[in-house]
Amino acid sequence: MQTAITHPGAGSVHAGAHAHDHHEPSFLTKYVFSTDHKIIGIQYGLTSLLFLFFGFMLMLAMRQQLAYPGKPIPVVGGLLNKVLGPDMAADGVMQADLYNAFGAMHGTIMVFLAIVPLAFGAFGNYVTPLQIGAPDMAFPRLNMASYHFFFWGGVVMLASFFVPGGAAKSGWTSYSPLATVADLNNYIDGQTLWLIGMVLLITSSLLGAVNFIATIIQLRAKGMTWMRLPFFVWAQFVTGFLLLLAFPPLEAAGLLQLSDNILGTSFFLPTGLVYNSQPLDVSGGGSPLLWQHLFWFLAHPEVYVLILPAMGIVAEVIANNTRKPLWGYRSLVYAVLAIGFLAFIVWAHHMYMTGMGTKIATFFQTTTMMISIPSVIILTALFISLWGGSIRFNTPMLFALSFLPMFGIGGLTGLPLGLNAADIYLHDSYYVIGHFHYVVAPGTIFGLFAGVYFWYPKITGRMMNEFWGRVHWIISLVAMNLIFAPMFIQGIRGMSRRMYDGGATYFAEGVGADPGVLWLNKFITHGAMLLALGQIPFIINFFWSIRNGRKVTSDNPWQATTLDWQTPTPPPHGNFAETPVVYRGPYEYSVPGAKQDFTPQSQPN
Amino acid sequence: MEIPYAVKPRPDTGLYNAKVGIWLFLASEVMLFGAFFSTYILLRVQAPHGFWPEVALGWPHGLLNIPIGTFNTAVLITSSVTVVMAWIALKQNEFARFRKFMAITIACALGFLVIKTFEYKEKFGHYVIQLADGSRITGHLDVQGKSPLFWTKKNLEDAKLESLKVLEDIPNKFRFPVGHAIPEDVHKAHAEGHHHKDREIPVSDIVSLKAFIPSTHPFFAIYFTMTFLHGLHVLGGALVLFYFGFIGTRLWKTNPEQFTNRVEVGGLFWHFVDLVWIFLFPVVYLL
Repeated sequence: MQTAITHPGAGSVHAGAHAHDHHEPSFLTKYVFSTDHKIIGIQYGLTSLLFLFFGFMLMLAMRQQLAYPGKPIPVVGGLLNKVLGPDMAADGVMQADLYNAFGAMHGTIMVFLAIVPLAFGAFGNYVTPLQIGAPDMAFPRLNMASYHFFFWGGVVMLASFFVPGGAAKSGWTSYSPLATVADLNNYIDGQTLWLIGMVLLITSSLLGAVNFIATIIQLRAKGMTWMRLPFFVWAQFVTGFLLLLAFPPLEAAGLLQLSDNILGTSFFLPTGLVYNSQPLDVSGGGSPLLWQHLFWFLAHPEVYVLILPAMGIVAEVIANNTRKPLWGYRSLVYAVLAIGFLAFIVWAHHMYMTGMGTKIATFFQTTTMMISIPSVIILTALFISLWGGSIRFNTPMLFALSFLPMFGIGGLTGLPLGLNAADIYLHDSYYVIGHFHYVVAPGTIFGLFAGVYFWYPKITGRMMNEFWGRVHWIISLVAMNLIFAPMFIQGIRGMSRRMYDGGATYFAEGVGADPGVLWLNKFITHGAMLLALGQIPFIINFFWSIRNGRKVTSDNPWQATTLDWQTPTPPPHGNFAETPVVYRGPYEYSVPGAKQDFTPQSQPN
Repeated sequence: MEIPYAVKPRPDTGLYNAKVGIWLFLASEVMLFGAFFSTYILLRVQAPHGFWPEVALGWPHGLLNIPIGTFNTAVLITSSVTVVMAWIALKQNEFARFRKFMAITIACALGFLVIKTFEYKEKFGHYVIQLADGSRITGHLDVQGKSPLFWTKKNLEDAKLESLKVLEDIPNKFRFPVGHAIPEDVHKAHAEGHHHKDREIPVSDIVSLKAFIPSTHPFFAIYFTMTFLHGLHVLGGALVLFYFGFIGTRLWKTNPEQFTNRVEVGGLFWHFVDLVWIFLFPVVYLL
């Protein structure tokens, strides 16, 4: 019943007393402008997976240039030349500007258009109301607006590739003054569209965050107390607060940089700036550091936005596939709350090289070391949860299990970066790229893959193919390590990031640095190609299984305890046949004396 | 399908959904304006010592009209009171009274914006002129009796002017914060009620001419950005209140409690917009 949309005057509520309209909603109302959290979750899911694919393609092109500098990009080189022009891809060879544009957009797309919408928008939207026993989100129309802000923000970002000068090419971090001077000739350049796109994406996240938090506070079913919430919901709750409070400074910064680029202000432009031997015709008096502070105030909490939902998914999959409760539920909850708080006071560890004084550096170093504690508590609790479990090694569990050591590597390699002294050497080197990709790629993305395989049967009523799931898993695991582990070596040996020639300049004859790590560029690129191959079975499996996957014979094929598995498959509008009542905690597996090895939350006795 | 607690409050929190939602949204708005205030602080603290325009990037003082700003503050505070009166009227089932108070609130909002427009217009016609001898003066222009906006040196050339009549500013008393001595001639001008002195400047002596716009100085950049963004919030809030007061009123008949809640939520947003101004006014006008 989509009557909530067709009667705008009545708001999203309508008193049970009046008659419902039973006319069939149009395609647009049902699928494009849906206010049902499940449809919106699927919209977010499909759109973000498309962006994940596109961001991946950008990376493959960049890796081609790094492995075979100056050679035409295979398959797409000619197309890039035709579409983007010889400034970008003369003779199919990636020029420096194109490399920088692809680099900036790879980061932007992966973070803001792929991972956050998938982790928070897709999984958060679909699963959270189900797991708390709610009929939908607190604000369904706001939810629909959030998706559309995301979608059109993405369109603007994609459009930015095609304007004169190409897409934004000053890094996903968009530091001023480069972000302002990179394309001085054009008003509507890639950077401008990037900023407009960011404002739209930030709005989407803000509205989504309001919705999630209000929903979790207000719409928990009877008996669903805070400490009976699945850890997934706690993770989404904290993620919501991170988005709500951390994004606005970046929105402000984006508007200020837009002003610098279009109105000629000098918020971030220092006095006396000279570009191309010409003094810039601006007032000056601004501060590049201001941009960095405002940017990183968001971008640090953003990395917790990237990881927490994945940790939530991994927790659900582990509890379910060990057939025992999670170890340390209370510790997990307090740890995730601590991460939420500490995330706001560590940001300047991204700015150790800006000349900050030792007292300030010490402050941020201390808080950065502190935040590793709750992260380790969560990882430890998940590891200990395996002890004594009756482990089922299905595809979701394989991804969840491998998440643990992969995130461990990512997290541990972050420690020298968080320590000021070591960071002096490692800042802006390939070591950093290795670190953050470990946390996001075999970290978060593995958590998200686990979620796809896990919730697929609830959404579609069919299982994904198990064999090809395992093929996808093992190739991805091996390939990701082949790609990112060598980057630590390259970084320690002095190779700088964001160099379109793959570091050759630093290792040139007479410069003195040891070129012994350059061959790893080829090695890594081959790893990336292997990773690409490994995604093919996933893509085929994903679409093939919608019509041809093994049909589930129960609404709860994984025999899970949480409320999301107590719904019909797929859940109808309103989710539950009767409003659920919760009698127990979220992970009552293998309860002594129970008939089955799991007891759903809504079961009274 | 009905969303629980959309109208009736949830017992353990005591809140209905929209109230939770608006408070969360306001928290994000605090962070948004907080970022702008932080920007103001950083830009001002790092400005070189000394007054603008004598010191090229020194912080300007005394450029904003404090009596007008104070009046605008009173207007917004009044509108915050009247929006609560409107909500109370609904609670007392007095729809006509509700409409009256909503009308006053919206009138206050529009009044605030109109006054702001005049303030902006004054800035756009107020110039900093760099002279050939290296000095800078500020003032309004008089071109055949009119005060043009957004002029640059090119406009002077296009208009084929030989000399420019400038109403050069005499610094007002706010230009000299407590502790700084006021020069004799300035003191005398104030005593005689003058705010500017007329000056005829040959166009050949003028190196550059720029209006008080965002690209002229970081002070104007942050002033216009913050007040414009705040003004957008005033406008947006006024539009929503207008919708509640005069367009979407059918809900009062079908679900008076939900309608009242909407007005309450709108009122909360309105208080926030007022609160931002309460901070903005002292920081930008007074300090």
